[in-house]
Amino acid sequence: MPFREGPLGDLKVPLTWTAAVALIVAVVIAVAFLLADRRETLQQQAYGVTRQTVDTVSKPVSGVIAAPGRWTGLGVDFVSSYFFTASENRRLKAELKEMRGYRDMYLAEVDKNQSYRSLLGLRTDPPIPMVAARVVADTRGPFANTRLADSGSEKGVVVGNPVMNERGLVGRVVGVANGASRVLLLTDIASRTPVMIDRTNARAILTGDGGPNPKLEYLRGVDPIKEGDRVVTSGDGGVVPRGLPVGAAVKGLDGRWRVVLFADDAAIDYVRILLFKDFAQLADQKALLTRSLPPVTTEDPDVSILGPAATASTPPAQAGATPAVSGAAPTTAGGTPATPAATPPKPAATTPPAAKPATATPAPKPVTSKPATPKPATPKPVTPAAAQPAGGEV
Amino acid sequence: MGGARPLHPGLWLGVPALLCVLATIVFAAPIRIYGLQLPEPVFAMVPAFAWALIRPSILAPFALLALGLFLDVFWGGPTGLWGLSLLVAYATALAGRSMMTGQSRPMMWVWFAGVTAVAMAGGFLFSMLDSLAMPSLLAVFWQFLVTTLLFPFAHRLIDRFEDADVRFR
Repeated sequence: MPFREGPLGDLKVPLTWTAAVALIVAVVIAVAFLLADRRETLQQQAYGVTRQTVDTVSKPVSGVIAAPGRWTGLGVDFVSSYFFTASENRRLKAELKEMRGYRDMYLAEVDKNQSYRSLLGLRTDPPIPMVAARVVADTRGPFANTRLADSGSEKGVVVGNPVMNERGLVGRVVGVANGASRVLLLTDIASRTPVMIDRTNARAILTGDGGPNPKLEYLRGVDPIKEGDRVVTSGDGGVVPRGLPVGAAVKGLDGRWRVVLFADDAAIDYVRILLFKDFAQLADQKALLTRSLPPVTTEDPDVSILGPAATASTPPAQAGATPAVSGAAPTTAGGTPATPAATPPKPAATTPPAAKPATATPAPKPVTSKPATPKPATPKPVTPAAAQPAGGEV
Repeated sequence: MGGARPLHPGLWLGVPALLCVLATIVFAAPIRIYGLQLPEPVFAMVPAFAWALIRPSILAPFALLALGLFLDVFWGGPTGLWGLSLLVAYATALAGRSMMTGQSRPMMWVWFAGVTAVAMAGGFLFSMLDSLAMPSLLAVFWQFLVTTLLFPFAHRLIDRFEDADVRFR
């Protein structure tokens, strides 16, 4: 029997209410997705197969869509270079003249640097291999700032690799698929990069907020930054290598220090992915762990500080010093070490009686310091017995 | 029941959703002219507003959820962020449907801007809770502004399908 002919055939559910229920169900699903999202962990597992698949599919599609724009840009460049050749030639000549001076300085510095390195036996960081990639899609919204590059796992790109263009740091890889990788830009709200101010070495965390100029947070030090200071990566934490150019410091409209990114000055269609591995990982961790440590010794090679307390070997000079110190506190030590405590006040008696209430805090200093000279004579009869409790207390 | 002509979901839901996906992909092209990039409007706001006004539907919220999830995955944002924001905007438009229908074009534009502002405020709040950081208000405002300019498309969609089923006039 068809449904419409049955007893429930005339039942009409109000569409508005059904639509409301559907809306609530959809909202619940969306909330569940949002709660389950682990994008901020920036790990390969959090990226997921769905995103990898979408990236793999998006790469050729976006590549085709981006091609006309790229060709147009190349055409405009060609035409403008044709019309502005003379002015560009003049500019380049001036720049070349300036650069020649820098080249001579550079060569001199390289020579000096090599001398220092050989002198110090310095081990420098190994060179970092790179992979070139073309950007096929670019996201610029307030809640997500990413780019899709057309090099992926097939070229050895892994999650966490830093990404640069010819001017500076762009971001880092947060997802890798075959043939494509997702780059989280420095401006993304989830981006945190350890940086430092080149001039002062002051550390900070570069924090994206979806705008064009990320913030400098947790800036430390006294007067650590000035307008126009160069900001580079600090390498702290081993996520990015040290010294990559990031941008120039500026004071934002909100009064916070922000960074104008160098990478924004260059074309955005080509990037370099640094196949960077934290240099700390290059060391043989197993060998470091199994290394046998030398025994801990004191100045006297026969006596270890981990062994029983060596009392007898206290040199006489030290023994002389201990009563001098403890002389200030005979009251606290009680009356037991009567002999050493009684002897030092004797010379003090020669001094004015004002020194008598030696329990008062400011007075003991001149009192104890003065008789310090005749002291070496007194410790002699006292030697081991007096030194021991003092040493034990300390 | 002559006016009870059912709408084909593929026509009023499928085609606009597909066009939104295409427009989003096109506007994600990495083009920069004299240092300026293309704007990034939320094209999915057009159906989120128009579908609520055309008629209440069971499929529309799920279509919006799918669109939102696509935006999150394609833009690389947190999954569910745009799905939830679009649904909040849809719910707002659905709730104010009786007030909006039949209004003049400029007034509808104002309503569209209001619903877009609700979606952007939702996105701002949800991403703040998700990332524990505050997005740039200027960037949010910029995206709101360029999205508001999409109202003519929403108006066209409403005009095309509003009278298709007289039960919902």
